[in-house]
Amino acid sequence: MITLEYVYVLAGLMFAAFAVLSARDRSNPKRLGNATFWGLLGVSFLFGSYLSDLANGILVLALVAIGGFKILGHGKPATTTPAERRESATRRGNWLFLPALVIPAVALLGALFLKTATIGGVALLDPKQATLISLAFGVMLSLSIAMLWLRPPLLAPLHEGRRLMDTVGWAAVLPQMLASLGAVFALAGVGQAVGTIATEWLPLDTQFAAVAAYCIGMALFTAVMGNAFAAFPVMTAAIGLPLIVHQFGGDPVIMAAVGMLSGFCGTLTTPMAANFNIVPAALLELPDDAVIKVQIPTAIPLLLANTALMYFTVYRF
Amino acid sequence: MLTLLGIFVVVLGFLLRQNPLLVIMASALVTGLFGGIDPIHLVSAFGHAFNENRYVSIIWLILPVIGLLERSGLQERARMLIGRMRAATTGRVLLAYFMLRQATAALGLTSLGGHPQMVRPLVAPMAEAAAETNIGELSEATRQRIRAHSAAADNVALFFGEDIFIAISSILLIKGFLQTNGIVVEPFDLSVWAIPAALLALIIHGARLLLLDRSLRKSK
Repeated sequence: MITLEYVYVLAGLMFAAFAVLSARDRSNPKRLGNATFWGLLGVSFLFGSYLSDLANGILVLALVAIGGFKILGHGKPATTTPAERRESATRRGNWLFLPALVIPAVALLGALFLKTATIGGVALLDPKQATLISLAFGVMLSLSIAMLWLRPPLLAPLHEGRRLMDTVGWAAVLPQMLASLGAVFALAGVGQAVGTIATEWLPLDTQFAAVAAYCIGMALFTAVMGNAFAAFPVMTAAIGLPLIVHQFGGDPVIMAAVGMLSGFCGTLTTPMAANFNIVPAALLELPDDAVIKVQIPTAIPLLLANTALMYFTVYRF
Repeated sequence: MLTLLGIFVVVLGFLLRQNPLLVIMASALVTGLFGGIDPIHLVSAFGHAFNENRYVSIIWLILPVIGLLERSGLQERARMLIGRMRAATTGRVLLAYFMLRQATAALGLTSLGGHPQMVRPLVAPMAEAAAETNIGELSEATRQRIRAHSAAADNVALFFGEDIFIAISSILLIKGFLQTNGIVVEPFDLSVWAIPAALLALIIHGARLLLLDRSLRKSK
């Protein structure tokens, strides 16, 4: 059975290659920082499953030190000039989109069809991870097509990958870091503490106050945690179920569905939701808060609209 | 209550624009300190969670292919394609992508979009090219605004589309949570109640995208 572990090995080899190429890139004055950072990430992907939790934790501390204290630079691998790119785009035409579209297409087909495939009674893929494993298949197929068709220098994909990876920089590990912080919060009981405050300090004696506190609370707590999934159990156990459903007789389906989406409004506003808000800013070479800034004017009216939607429907169905 | 100081550290750190990696580590240390977790245990817990969450970083496997295609002029081709369409404006290009992304996410096809695979190589160059065709040379600030809007269109469409699909993780989380609290609900009913919010998102964000064209012309 193909498990996620194989994909981790693939990713680990890629990060290790980035590390080696970074170490040899004399155009980057901080090249040893880059080499160590991507090298450690490579170690995490290749050997993380065999290291102790403490060793993994120390590895994370090293990543934080390199990324946090600006020891990371930007490598400048040799690439094509804008003129060469325009020429290639004109000559090759819309076929250039094909390899890019192969990746989602394979990820999709794999998730739909390979999920249940078996060979000699053994599942082909770990069914829980079918989408991610299929994504890796898609990348390999797309890369093979592009290499055969475009005939670039053999190391070009690794050089170009490193160019983009350096653009993302420390933000590359931010989503993993935030997920880990969430685990520490859970360990220390942060969620329950927030729930206690919400119920003890807020006057929630009307139907409207309960709905408003629940929806806005979902958005705010999601903004703090970076993830509506972390906020939902806490806010629903503190306000949603006891007040909206049990005390005022609201409909649990509407409460939960609209409540979760109110949380998503919070996701649009927070740097804690790094993979949606900070990573794309890095990828598009924008300031950290650029994406959040254009999302807030959608998030606020949408949250108010969701709150109104819940108030006008939850007690009527 | 002192465990909440960790949240305070996060908020303060982001407001003071400190490096997020340092902010997160500081928050974890403060939370552990006041939550009665000893440092060794804390670092172990952090390392364990980091290792368990490696799957979120698998998306970086895509960078070598995207970089290779960029090297061969993928972004330039995306620009040429949109540059030829007179009717294409930044707002309309992004609205079209928004609707496509929301509709496919509603069918559970969330892997059909995303920032490294669609926004950077295709959507953002197309949105920029449409602006160039309509209003000419762009300032750096305008260019950045268009790119930020390209990322935002992907996020909003995804968040307010995916919950319509019955087997998405958030629907399953809701079902599981309510079930442990003695309330049995059907995933289908939950996804039906995601539709009004999806329409509201389309109306609000769609209107903003169409207004974006006017604002770009003015700010040129």
